Amino acid sequence: MPQLTETPLYTEYHPRWYRPHVSVYWWLGQWRYLKFILRELSSVFVAGAVVLTLFQLRALRNGPDAYARLEQRLQTPAMIALSLISLFFVAFHSITWFNLTPRAMPIRIRGKRIPEWMIAAPNYVLWAVVSVIIGWFVMSK
Amino acid sequence: MADTIILEIARYSPERDREPTFQSYEVPVHKDWVILDALNHIKDKVDGSLTYRWSCRMGICGSCGIMVNGEPKLGCATFLSSYAGNGNKVRVEPLRYFPIVRDLVTELSDFLVKLKKVKPWLIPDDEPPLSKGEFLQTPEQLENYRQFAMCINCTLCYAACPVVGLDPTFVGPAAIALAQRYNKDSRDGAMQERTAVLAHPEGIWGCTFVGECTRVCPKHVDPAGAIQQYKVEAVLEWAKALLLPWGQRKIRKTPEEAGSAAAD
Repeated sequence: MPQLTETPLYTEYHPRWYRPHVSVYWWLGQWRYLKFILRELSSVFVAGAVVLTLFQLRALRNGPDAYARLEQRLQTPAMIALSLISLFFVAFHSITWFNLTPRAMPIRIRGKRIPEWMIAAPNYVLWAVVSVIIGWFVMSK
Repeated sequence: MADTIILEIARYSPERDREPTFQSYEVPVHKDWVILDALNHIKDKVDGSLTYRWSCRMGICGSCGIMVNGEPKLGCATFLSSYAGNGNKVRVEPLRYFPIVRDLVTELSDFLVKLKKVKPWLIPDDEPPLSKGEFLQTPEQLENYRQFAMCINCTLCYAACPVVGLDPTFVGPAAIALAQRYNKDSRDGAMQERTAVLAHPEGIWGCTFVGECTRVCPKHVDPAGAIQQYKVEAVLEWAKALLLPWGQRKIRKTPEEAGSAAAD
């Protein structure tokens, strides 16, 4: 007669499964997961860029002196470094999401799915056009 | 090419172990051997206690999913020779995020429950009598869902998806892709039923588009694409319902509901 214990290690009907634990640092092991986390993190910098634009608009409304003060604040080394990091993340955000658009948009022409690059490319073209227009505005003052 | 290679295989015995440990086996490397051949060699010639699932050995049954050097792979579709130059060691583990029953065998009940929830079968709007013959489809209509119909339920996509690991209630890539397979089928009329289950933080909105499910899928199903397309369609359906409250919102009843309504 087998002895009954309070916590049987294993019975036929209730096998003792091993449940693996997911580490908090699961994203550090592989570049692909790290890239995903960086893409998610990039949203913070995109939001930062939007907030900065709102500050710029407010300074514009408050007159040339206010705008000059803001510009001066943005020219400190710390702010320049932050802007460069933001620029990197905003570009990373745009590129990674543009590259993912074909997945969400399976466009078919005459029954055939059009190549992925044809869906991703217009995003880049539009990005370039908008950048040129903004650059032209900024440079031609 | 090395003549032999060392397989470090995760072993877990529920009767004996508190957690999995690794056991090394030296196996010959033949040009045409896949990891599954090596596992069979160990089971037959070296250690009969090694436990793993397999059946068709040709990428159809989806039973032999394992982690090979941290990557979800089908044991039958992963050549041993591709790892021969890689330090001459291959680490073989059970699929990530699933409870482990024994050695390389994972517990799949949770996946099967989730799969059933999304009703992966045809639910036609009006089922014509058998005398009317087959449901006919054009090649274009078939092409609409064919990619998603390739799923073999191997669950490699679950092992690649960190959302599955972090949120065990997430329905997961394969189940959502299979829901899309039936939503996209011209013979089906039950997208609303499936959306009621899936337009949910534990359904399509749980997906953060890591995209790894698509990369590891051995049948090129593209579950990540299916989920993003589902998100777009769910939003359009929601907008339609919002703008057209009088619209023809057909909610199909379950047979039980239909039965009780008829009884009333």
